Amino acid sequence: MQVEKFYYDNKTVKNFAYATILWGVVGMLAGLWVSLQLIFPSLNITQYGSFGRLRPLHTNAVIFAFVGNGIFMGVYYSLQRLCKARMFSDKLSAIHFWGWQLIIVAAAITLPMGITTSKEYAELEWPIDIAITVMWVVFGWNMFGTILKRREKHLYVAIWFYIATFVTVAVLHIVNSFELPVTLFKSYSWYAGVQDALVQWWYGHNAVAFFLTTPYLGLMYYFMPKAANRPVYSYKLSIIHFWALIFLYIWAGPHHLLYTALPNWAQSLGVVFSVMLIFPSWGGMINGLLTLRGAWDRVRDDVILKFMVVAVTAYGMATFEGPMLSLKSVNAVAHFTDWIIAHVHVGALGWNGMLTFGILYWLIPRIFNTNLYSKKLANNHFWLGTLGIIFYAVPMYWAGFTQSSMWKQFTEAGQLKYAFLETVTYMKPFYAMRSLGGTLYLVGVLFMVYNIYKTVRAGKLVANEAAEAAPLQKEYVKHAGEHWHRVIERRPVQLMIFSLIVILIGGAIEMIPTFLIKSNIPTISSVKPYTPLELQGRDIYVREGCYTCHSQMVRPFRSETERYGEYSKAGEFVYDHPFQWGSKRTGPDLAREGTGNLKKSDGWHFRHLREPSSMSEGSIMPAYSFMLEQNLDTSTTVAKINAMRTLGVPYEKGYENIANRELMTQAKEISMLLNNDSIRISPNKEVIALISYLQRLGTDISKNANAQK
Amino acid sequence: MSALFILIGVSIVVAGSFLAAFLWSVKNGQYDDDYTPSVRMLFEDKIPAETITTTEIKIQNK
Repeated sequence: MQVEKFYYDNKTVKNFAYATILWGVVGMLAGLWVSLQLIFPSLNITQYGSFGRLRPLHTNAVIFAFVGNGIFMGVYYSLQRLCKARMFSDKLSAIHFWGWQLIIVAAAITLPMGITTSKEYAELEWPIDIAITVMWVVFGWNMFGTILKRREKHLYVAIWFYIATFVTVAVLHIVNSFELPVTLFKSYSWYAGVQDALVQWWYGHNAVAFFLTTPYLGLMYYFMPKAANRPVYSYKLSIIHFWALIFLYIWAGPHHLLYTALPNWAQSLGVVFSVMLIFPSWGGMINGLLTLRGAWDRVRDDVILKFMVVAVTAYGMATFEGPMLSLKSVNAVAHFTDWIIAHVHVGALGWNGMLTFGILYWLIPRIFNTNLYSKKLANNHFWLGTLGIIFYAVPMYWAGFTQSSMWKQFTEAGQLKYAFLETVTYMKPFYAMRSLGGTLYLVGVLFMVYNIYKTVRAGKLVANEAAEAAPLQKEYVKHAGEHWHRVIERRPVQLMIFSLIVILIGGAIEMIPTFLIKSNIPTISSVKPYTPLELQGRDIYVREGCYTCHSQMVRPFRSETERYGEYSKAGEFVYDHPFQWGSKRTGPDLAREGTGNLKKSDGWHFRHLREPSSMSEGSIMPAYSFMLEQNLDTSTTVAKINAMRTLGVPYEKGYENIANRELMTQAKEISMLLNNDSIRISPNKEVIALISYLQRLGTDISKNANAQK
Repeated sequence: MSALFILIGVSIVVAGSFLAAFLWSVKNGQYDDDYTPSVRMLFEDKIPAETITTTEIKIQNK
């Protein structure tokens, strides 16, 4: 058979590599900055730079910009070589690259502006969600096109990981991004309360699984054998653990919601699958590490292998910890604490970060046809990175255990031993050590930037790398006069995958609205929709990312019911689009902020928002004094009430017309009360709306309790 | 808790598609050889470096 000559596209690989490095630095810098804000609240400079808005910027930048570009870099490099074919279309490659960068830029602009859905790792608003879907389809099109025109029959295991990534992320993104647009930059999640939480964490967990794990396992299976120049330890194991992993992963999501209002059987299902996950996860880790069997001496000299060994080890640790954390008794301690922050950073800094660096050091000299500028600098980077991870993770684990123990500690008289604020100020030294770890890690990355810059300068990009391979024998011969759709029909797998996505979109559009709204009939009669002012206040709460530090979910433990009041019930959240349960308690839980002994005066909230440390000494909360200046935008009230009604919130017909009048009445009341407290503030300021929302929190349930008495 | 059933439904569809992909891959003979792919991927036929511009490739592809 005639050998064909063709060229690999290295230009797109290079572009994605540069983007990986650039956004890596940006994302890590944002992370370092927000970590410093937890020590020095004065670093919350202006509303655009406050913690609640910047933390989503950090997580999005690291996950979708740094790791995302890292995935595409690795896929575009390895897929071409594994398929012995150039990428399907240069045009699609370019659209994919620039489109993805535009999405990142849009995220970097909108998140600091407070344009957010508040669903973690899915914060971007609906126009950007649509753009992500389009770009993802472009990526899939380009990838499947390449697979179809491949010259190598066998699909190497890495390709299977890429396919699983594409399919599952598409499904997750579509299901979780179901939202009703209110304005161009504001939407409400179609799901409410418990349902929203469940969908969100089904997404959240699988985003970790199929964006941070499976594509990187694919990269590991390509680049680790390449870097070590020896085959993977067991190809059989790689096949088995791939299929096991993807079948188990999608069921583990509920472990993010243990002890919440989620039905118990769903929680248990999540736990069981999470525990089982350790087998395929460790299958991958063992396969990666044992690839180096008999060649461990090379790890001493080869810095690229060092990066990869630490990456795979971190993967092993994180995937051991994951199943442990999903055990209810462990989760009871770890949830809402910095333990989780440590856990995810072992994964992000260790597994994703170190593997990315190893790949960059291996790949850049190759596509530039030169040698790495300095192995010594790369070695320094390795040690800075490794020490950085340790200095980051150890203090955070310590902080997590300590804070959780302090929250749960009772005196001999049976009262809570520590006020919440005491547990916060106790964390500061740990936060400082964490920032040190993050700095080390970032300095290491800067070493890499310089090293790669010098390498690139010394070489010249081989934009189109020549290769040769025999074409695949056609198994099917076209017959005369066949219809165009025969082409699709001959490809059952591809047809199935794309039709699956189409069906999902269609089915979801049809089912979700009616299906969900019917089930939103409140089960607790005292739970009422928010007043227009409270609704606006709630949207400010969402905008400011309060959920990044405050939970609204009291778990059924004595240590929590003593501190916050009655534990949370599913029926309380039926009007919450989106849910605001949060996942971290840097500050106290706010689910019962307006009730019982947590109830504070409007004046207290006003002063606290203006300058938190004036009311709580040592508080690390950002000041929200800009809300005293900014006028509440009431032009959206009508649209918001209408949207909520569409989602099933029982506002009476025509209520939208009097909503703003009612809003003003309530705002004036609060303004009067504040006036009695010698605070002069006009009723149309944002702070009034936020206070009204905070005062509302938890009150519905306590009304019920009072009525029963 | 209808969201639960949507998620389970969607998850089953995803898992089902993976199952179909798995069955296809076995039938297609993807796993008939479970050793040499791991070795073959290491070989990159190095072709003497030559420079070719992207426009030339576009012409070639036409």
